[in-house]
Amino acid sequence: MIKVLYFARLKESLGAASEQIALPESVSNLHDLRTLLIARGGVWSEELAVNRRIRAAVNQSMAAEDTAIADGDEIAFFPPVTGG
Amino acid sequence: MTVRVQKEDFDVGAEIAALRRADARVGAVASFVGVVRDMNEGGAVEEMALEHYPGMTERSIEEIIAQAHGRWKIYDALVVHRVGTLKPTDQIVLVVVTSAHRADAFAACEFIMDYLKTRAPFWKKEKTPSGARWVDARVSDDIAAERWRLKG
Repeated sequence: MIKVLYFARLKESLGAASEQIALPESVSNLHDLRTLLIARGGVWSEELAVNRRIRAAVNQSMAAEDTAIADGDEIAFFPPVTGG
Repeated sequence: MTVRVQKEDFDVGAEIAALRRADARVGAVASFVGVVRDMNEGGAVEEMALEHYPGMTERSIEEIIAQAHGRWKIYDALVVHRVGTLKPTDQIVLVVVTSAHRADAFAACEFIMDYLKTRAPFWKKEKTPSGARWVDARVSDDIAAERWRLKG
């Protein structure tokens, strides 16, 4: 299982703050996971579409699309940050 | 280094005094205070809500401070960032850096702020007369952070 977190605009539009996902064999990196979530359709395909500016973190570090993910990881998807 | 994410307001004078206390090597203290404005993108802002990613936010700011230590001669640094509901004129963020001389303190303080803006997971949602809206990331903030790649 991996833990997936959503923040800010994504959390609101997806209607989910976090979920546990059983990692399918087809998913080995962030790009694969995003593709899996997009395949849910509806708001998922809209909000996570490849042309949307989405950032991601693996185990609380900013990560690129090709970052590997494994069982037990904490993944987060969020919009570009706007603090300060 | 000290990093705090909190709902409560902060006392700039007390924070600076605490950071440089008893360290007679310190000859310069640079600080930056970010404040909520009543306007953004040409629209009135009544209040804003700040969300963060507990754990990652603190860690990413600690990494930014560690980078500043690697680039300039600084003794200590403090970042306090507020979350929750804030109103115009409220303080949002405080960065304080101590060093022997001003140049290092100024540069490190600006670097920490520029990197925080583009790398630390915080998100602002503004309440305006026409409804609530998530603030979009600014290209100018990316450019400000990018400048530091060429310097130092």
